[in-house]
Formats: sequence, structure tokens, C-alpha cells
Amino acid sequence: MARAYIVPEKAVDTSIKKIFDVEKIRKDFPILSTEVYGKPLVYLDNAATTQKPQCLLDTIEQYYKGINSNIHRGVHFLSEKATTNYEESRVKIRDFLNAKSTNEIIFVRGTTEAINLVASSYGNKNIKEGDEIILSMLEHHSNIVPWQLLCERTGAKIKVIPINNKGELIIEEYEKLITDRTRFVSVVHISNSLGTINPVKKIVRIAHERNIPVLLDGAQAAPHIKIDIQDIGCDFYAISGHKVFGPTGVGVLYGKENLLDSMPPYQGGGDMIETVTFEKTTYAELPHKFEAGTPNIAGAIAFGSVLNYVNKIGFDNILKHENDLMEYANEILDSIDDLRIIGTAKEKSSVISFLLGDIHPYDTGTILDRLGIAVRTGIHCTQPVMDRFGIPGTVRASFAFYNTKYDIDMLVRGIKKVIDMFS
Amino acid sequence: MNLKSINEIEEEVISEFEILDTWMDKYEYIIELGKSLPLIDEKFKTDDYKVSGCQSQLWLKADKENDRLFFSADSDAIISKGLINLLIRVLSNQKPEDIANAKLEFIDKIGMKEHLSPNRANGLQAMIDQMKRFAEAYLSKNN
Repeated sequence: MARAYIVPEKAVDTSIKKIFDVEKIRKDFPILSTEVYGKPLVYLDNAATTQKPQCLLDTIEQYYKGINSNIHRGVHFLSEKATTNYEESRVKIRDFLNAKSTNEIIFVRGTTEAINLVASSYGNKNIKEGDEIILSMLEHHSNIVPWQLLCERTGAKIKVIPINNKGELIIEEYEKLITDRTRFVSVVHISNSLGTINPVKKIVRIAHERNIPVLLDGAQAAPHIKIDIQDIGCDFYAISGHKVFGPTGVGVLYGKENLLDSMPPYQGGGDMIETVTFEKTTYAELPHKFEAGTPNIAGAIAFGSVLNYVNKIGFDNILKHENDLMEYANEILDSIDDLRIIGTAKEKSSVISFLLGDIHPYDTGTILDRLGIAVRTGIHCTQPVMDRFGIPGTVRASFAFYNTKYDIDMLVRGIKKVIDMFS
Repeated sequence: MNLKSINEIEEEVISEFEILDTWMDKYEYIIELGKSLPLIDEKFKTDDYKVSGCQSQLWLKADKENDRLFFSADSDAIISKGLINLLIRVLSNQKPEDIANAKLEFIDKIGMKEHLSPNRANGLQAMIDQMKRFAEAYLSKNN
């Protein structure tokens, strides 16, 4: 029988729809069918943390029921099995990020620890008094404070890339900030409070022209877009498991192998050493050099299984679905008179930060909560962004691939109720 | 002048809340209270008068007239304003020793606590603590 090699456009379209069935996907997340205050949960706080699919729960249960053992150096069956699963997870993460080698994948507690690791280990070794570190105004506090601590230790200085009224980085200003004392650039890939997607390839290229290494905070990017580390070309990349539908307490620092190799250990302890005497200790090879102590084994393994799940859904589908949601949400929210969206970047991810007239975000959040709608209110750990816009905070609705237009309809209904109650 | 005791005002508040059936009614009532708060003078909106423990900003001031304390407050969030106004209604124009010893059982009885998120409940407790601290400060000053 002859095979049809040419698939009509429509057939392709249908197949995508068939793969991405949001109602079916929602069933994979037990919490999404629960109720709060007797109302169906509408979960729109995904930028804070994402919900967990059943496969994560199964992996964790299976691990503790049948595999639990400490990894590395154990000769017994369980230890070897746990080690194999743990290291297999590292391979999955390498592939998820398209890194070159598993030596470049360091398990950490999350993005915050990843940044602290680089600021401490790379920073202490390479950054001196009078040196300059470039951050941006969009940074989460966890990409500000570790560098401030480094500056306190070394006498280095922080310079900040400003943003325009839409919440986009002003790249010309970034170029002007670079001097011959610039030693490091650390910038967020996608802003957690405004959703701005930064032109990271360009940011990296500009820094690399002057041999300045770049760290990207990828916490908000990893759940939404395909990350290709080699294409981006950055030197360090940090992600948190729990923002990518994985467990809390596990994250990843990607670092270029030559850089990681040149860096001193961050913490001392078991698993990161080769030999220890009271006179001298030699350290283990990468990636173990940076993984002192017993890690979050179950979490790391479960994170790997979740990444398989996310890959199966596919970032093409995720992006298309989330873009549809954003378009739908923007259109309806735009029609609400008193609603002001903060952050209107041209390149924007699944975050809508807003204010309702002069109603305090905390008041809005309180009423939405009672209606079963989970949003975040406040400054979202980005005080400089709020100061830039002169606002006390925002209400932030953030989407994931399991959200639906119904969720947005519920949000809009809630917003109208809030306006009604406070006017 | 026949002044009502803390207990008597608590009873009034309880009976007012009895006719509010749903959480929405209760919140709407609190919001209304927020709009009619005896506001603190702008010049007192400083860190010295800020009540910590609230997610929104809240300033609280106590003044003594004769043997009684009078409270005024403001917040940038209206539900916080409503809650502090409710407390002011019960505790303002009372003797410091009565404020310090008030059990404030009305808060449980009006069913508001179950409708407050842990964050809000902490904020409410912070307001009560601050009012009692004012009262205790006046008491210790006089002893």
C-alpha cells in the first residue's frame, strides 16, 4: 500500500490538537480538581510555583517504597539503583537544556542557590575591589542580594540596566554600562513580575564581545519556552524544579565546563571530595565537586520524570496554548475600565500584572481568594520594578499550560466583583 | 456622660454581624467600615507609627484625653482599614487598663476569623497587640 508522505495542512493541525488536549492534561494534576472555600480552584499563581502531575507523585512514591538509598559509592543493589536513577535524571536535564555534558549540570536547591553558588564561588575568585557587576532592574531579589553580598565582601559595585515604560530592558543603556571594569553580567531571562522576555542572546553576545561571562536566571523561562543553552551561549543558567511542575527543593545550575572546572567548591562535605586528610583534601570531579552532602535524591529523580512529561506535551504546544490564553486574557482585561496592566513588553510570557483603580492589590487578592481564585499580590520579590512604576505592588495572574479560558473567565468575573465591592 | 463598656460595644458588633449571612456580606461591611475610619493625621504616617506584621501599610496612633485612650489609624488597603476601624470602635474612648485586659471575644463570635487568610489574621493580631501595647505603655507610665 502506498504511503501518503504529503500530509495536508489541516491534518497536521488536527494532530496537534489531538496531542494537546487541555482537559485531559488537567486530569494529570490532582490538585486542579480540588475546591477552595467550596469553589472550584482557579489556579493562576504559576509564576510562584506550578502544580504537580501524577507522574511526579508516582516517582516519589516508587523511589521511597522501592529504591531509597544513599547515592554514589554504595556497592549494594539499592544504592546503585538510586545512583543510576539520579544520574539518569542529570542526563534528562542536560537534554532538556541542550547542554553539552552532564558535567555542566549541577543539582542545587533552586535558582536562588544556583545564583548564590556562582556569586560565591566564581565571584570570590574573580571579582575584586572596584570591579563592576551588571544586573537589570527586572531582577528578582534572588538575583540582586547574592551580588550585593559579594560586593560587600570584595568592594565591587553593581550597575543596573534600566527599563522603559513597557517594562523592557533598554539595551543601548546596557551597552553604555559596560566598562573595562565590568566583570560579570547577571540578568533574568523572563521577568517574574511583568513577564518580559529579555533578548538574552543579544545580551550574551554584547558581553562576550568583551569576554564578560553571563548568568541567566531562567526560573520563569523553563516552564514556558524551549531552552537551548548552546544557542543562547550563556555561561551560567539557573532553574528551579518547582517552577517546571517538579518538586520543591531541587533546581539546576548549568555552567560551562571550563568555568565550573576553574571555580573552587561552594560548600564542603561528603560526595564532593576525592581524598580527605587533615593536611589536604582533593576534590571530586565535576559535577560532584559542587554537590556536597546527600542531595535531594527523590526530588532530582522526580524532576527528571516531570521533564519527560513536559517534553511529551511539547513546547510547541505549550507556547501555542499559552499565547492563545494571553491573547484572550489581554483582550478581555483591556475592556475593563479601571484595569491597568503593568508590563506591556512586546515579547511577553504568561504573566499579567495589574492594578484596579486605586484598590490596593492586597484587597483585590483577598476577595479573589474567597472566590477560589489563586493569584499573587504584592511586590513579587521585585521591589525595584515596583519603585520604577511608583506602585505599592500588583495583582499577578500567571498561567501554565493547564490553564483554560474558563480560568480567565472566572478571573474576569472575580475582578468585576472586586470593582463592584470597593467602588 | 454614659459611656459604653468594651463588652457592651462587643455585644453591639456581634448583633450587627448576626444579620450578615455570607462571607461576602461580612467583607462588604468591613469595606464600608474602612471608608469611615477616623483617619490619622498625614504627618503621623511615619515608620514610628507603622504596625509591622501587615502586608499592607498600616499606621496607628493613640492619644490620651483625661483617663481614656483614643485611637486613629490609616492604611493603604481598605480591608485593613475596616478591620482596624472595628477594633477602634471597640477599644477607643476606653480606659487603658480595660484595653489592656480586653479579651475581645467578639472577633471569634462574628465569624470573621474563619474568613480571614492566615496573613490577614496575623495582621489583625498585630493591630490588637499594638493597641494593647499603647495601653500598657500608658499604664506603666502612670505607675
